[in-house]
Amino acid sequence: MQLHDVWFVLIAVLWIGYFFLEGFDFGIGILTKLLARDRAERRVLINTIGPVWDGNEVWLLTAGGATFAAFPDWYATLFSGFYIPLLVILVCLIVRGVAFEYRHKRSEERWQRNWEEAIFWTSLLPAFLWGVAFANIVHGVHIDQAKNYTGSFWDLLNPYAILGGLTTLVLFTFHGAVFSSLKTVGDIRLRARALALKLGLVTAVLALAFLIWTQVHQGDGWSLAALVVAVLALVGALGVLRAGREGWGFALSGLTIVAAVAMLFLALFPNVMPSTLNPQWSLTVSNAASSPYTLKLMTVVAAVFTPIVLLYQAWTYWVFRKRIGVQHIPAEH
Amino acid sequence: MELALAHETIARWQFGVTTVYHFLFVPLTISLAALVAGLETAWVRTGKQKYFHATKFWGKLFLINIAMGVVTGIVQEFQFGMNWSDYSRFVGDVFGAPLAMEALIAFFFESTFIGLWIFGWDKLPKKLHCACIWMVAIGTVLSAYFILAANSWMQHPNGYTIDPVTKKARLTDIGKVLFQDTTLAQVFHTLTASFLTGAAFMVGIASYHLWKAKRRPERTDGRQIASMRTSLRVGLAVAVVAGLGTAVSGDTLAKVMFEQQPMKMASAEALWDTQAPAPFSIFAIGDVSKGHNSVELQVPGILSFLAKSNFHDAVPGINDTARAEAAKYGGNPQDYIPNIFVTYWGFRLMMGFGMTSFVAALIGLWTTRKRRFLAPEFRTGEEEVPRLMLTRTREMGPFLTKWSWRIGILTMGFPLIANSFGWVFTEMGRQPWSVFGLMTTADSVSPNVSIGMQIGAFATFTALYAVLAVVEVRLMVKYAKAGPDVEEQPPAKDPTLRGPSSDEDADQPLAFAY
Ligand code: HDD
Ligand code: HEM
Ligand code: HEM
Repeated sequence: MQLHDVWFVLIAVLWIGYFFLEGFDFGIGILTKLLARDRAERRVLINTIGPVWDGNEVWLLTAGGATFAAFPDWYATLFSGFYIPLLVILVCLIVRGVAFEYRHKRSEERWQRNWEEAIFWTSLLPAFLWGVAFANIVHGVHIDQAKNYTGSFWDLLNPYAILGGLTTLVLFTFHGAVFSSLKTVGDIRLRARALALKLGLVTAVLALAFLIWTQVHQGDGWSLAALVVAVLALVGALGVLRAGREGWGFALSGLTIVAAVAMLFLALFPNVMPSTLNPQWSLTVSNAASSPYTLKLMTVVAAVFTPIVLLYQAWTYWVFRKRIGVQHIPAEH
Repeated sequence: MELALAHETIARWQFGVTTVYHFLFVPLTISLAALVAGLETAWVRTGKQKYFHATKFWGKLFLINIAMGVVTGIVQEFQFGMNWSDYSRFVGDVFGAPLAMEALIAFFFESTFIGLWIFGWDKLPKKLHCACIWMVAIGTVLSAYFILAANSWMQHPNGYTIDPVTKKARLTDIGKVLFQDTTLAQVFHTLTASFLTGAAFMVGIASYHLWKAKRRPERTDGRQIASMRTSLRVGLAVAVVAGLGTAVSGDTLAKVMFEQQPMKMASAEALWDTQAPAPFSIFAIGDVSKGHNSVELQVPGILSFLAKSNFHDAVPGINDTARAEAAKYGGNPQDYIPNIFVTYWGFRLMMGFGMTSFVAALIGLWTTRKRRFLAPEFRTGEEEVPRLMLTRTREMGPFLTKWSWRIGILTMGFPLIANSFGWVFTEMGRQPWSVFGLMTTADSVSPNVSIGMQIGAFATFTALYAVLAVVEVRLMVKYAKAGPDVEEQPPAKDPTLRGPSSDEDADQPLAFAY
């Protein structure tokens, strides 16, 4: 395995971490409409991710920064090519972050309602668009000889990509429901579990269709293995949830995301962005990578700091391990 | 040709607007994190209420501010790829490294520990809680360091080679990127400027409360005065130290810049022709960008001093430098001259606005001095508004007093303005280069992004940022005016990591919730 292969794996790990963590954050945002019945319940949901959402989002920033350092051409082609979806995602992430922090800072009804509305939409859109983006990355897009994307915005919204978007949207919502059943107490916990079971079935249908399509189009033995793991994990999650084992349910819904995203990256390798115009023009782990010096340097930095990050992030989850319910929500002032 | 020009112009406008906007929040975040950490440490060590209330009060303003800093930063991370893809391809090998390190080392640190600090009041023992805000403060400094190393590399590329095959920059020595003199000077200057910014902000708000309390003593709680009085003194002291540091580091930076980008130094002064000794003009009337100033107020020798540490050496002018660059890189001398109007005034407004706050703080620090230097009858208690004393026994008259407090309030935002002009000067003075001597800004833009998309994105960000500015400023004003909530008490028992011991505690509301 060469250094640029190692970096392909590391970038995959960063995206997997991002979708695992912000996956349930997006899910929680969407559930503020699907699950919560009143403001107190919405606040319970939002507060289950309160201390951690910002740290979860940094996985995305790191994935972006690491791609810039390790595969500059991938970074350049991807973000200039997928300009409009990325713009929408950025706007959503801006509004969403501000919504979490500012919603409770004034007590006027209109103020709070507007931010709550914002939390829903700005969670829903990125959850969908990331799926669209990744489906297009894996499938390949019009990339010319100079490594530039030449297609239009509408080319990105092909049926395969839309299926990908719907898959991530429902999968994240499911993952969020499982997470909320794990982090809440009282009535909302039971409803979260019931909703998770329903969402899980929809997820199963969509994910199966999307992953099999991917497998048929460009899969290999490894991606097939990941596909099988994803499906088994999803079925397992539904089984243990039905039995009321929320901790296991969360581990397995998380594993579903890990395996599904891993499958996409396995199907992609050794390309990083295939060209549909001419396979010669595809961006690959070797022609898009940085110099060995930079890769080696970044490997050392990642090897030292990633474990430290994992340790203190895990510790945060432990500090805020307690379930919360409406009785824990302080009055607003 | 026309089109390419428009491409570049819009991308530059977007970068300028989004970055300057990001940098309105950044210096406040950097400094307030450390100031709040200092106040919380004082509370943990002394147990005094006034420190607790001050921590909570500045902490709230800090959080309103950092939320905006974080979300506007996300745009920064991705817009190199969106609008500057050719730049990204060319420099990624070098420039990506500090950016990735920033995310992995600094952003995770900040964002995780800020969550612990916000929500941890009833979950963490108070010493550990205090350690969390220190972690955030360290994170902000690290984050500034890495991004400034990246920026310094654009000002003065170092530790790289150009790959003979791909014609792209390749990193050869990370030490030269992270520790070159440009980086060190820029970090020192930006950090001191940040602390001046946060300190002036603190002084302004504390002055507002103290001046109000002075006018209507019956309506203010003594405990509020105590915590604002402490804040005022802390703010004044930090502003004086940071202001001195800013001037010293600015001077260092000017010398580094003179070596590395002589054109920028010449355009900072609108010095068209080489002169020895080179003067420094406080202001000029006429058109600096035409090369002749009709009225000027000049101090002889100062520019020589900024550039060379003596008052007589020659400083090369714009015309000579442009000819030299054209000879070196090809093309017209004209192509190498940045926008002189902006650089000339940007440099002056940076120094002018920033240093005004410094001088105001210096005067404030003297006039609000403590007991030892005052005659007994002028000493004030902890819960009283300090008298503004000119000498041991002479207090300012009502008119001066009124204006002193008002100046404290009015100069509150001056360093923010100075920061913006500093960056506009730095970045526009580097033009036409995006990476000095290696790549021009015109060659940096994404070739495949249409003008329509660029305009759409620029309009979107500008509109969104404008709305958010209104929202955030109103919130700031609301919370700043409310003053510290002196009824608020720290948790009765120091929390333990194991969580509440008895069952009733289990249903206690959270100390803080969104
Ligand atoms: C409160 C803010 C503030 C204040 C009072 C000053 N500066 Fe400054 N200055 C900045 C805030 C700033 C900044 C915004 O932070 C910049 C932009 C880039 C940088 O590194 O710092 C900057 C840039 C900057 C540069 C350009 C560096 C380059 O392009 O490489 C120079 C030469 C100076 N400053 C010099 C000074 C001098 C001689 C000052 C006065 C005594 C001074 N600055 C006060
Ligand atoms: C936060 C502080 C910064 C501010 C306020 C700032 C400000 C600006 C401004 C005003 C411009 C427009 C210049 C023009 O149109 O002539 C610009 C351009 C640019 N800056 Fe900075 N900048 C900052 C930091 C950085 C950093 C840290 C980097 C790199 C890591 C950077 C990279 C660029 C690039 C790529 C451009 C576009 C090309 C150009 O016009 O030179 N800037 N910046
Ligand atoms: C164009 C270059 C820049 C990029 C790409 C960038 C990127 C970012 C990002 C992505 C964040 C959010 C991190 C989070 O989610 O916690 C952020 C925040 C921050 N940035 Fe920037 N930034 C730039 C310029 C600067 C400069 C010049 C400084 C300081 C000198 C700076 C200092 C900070 C600090 C202290 C924070 C954390 C606190 C806050 O958000 O206010 N940034 N930046």
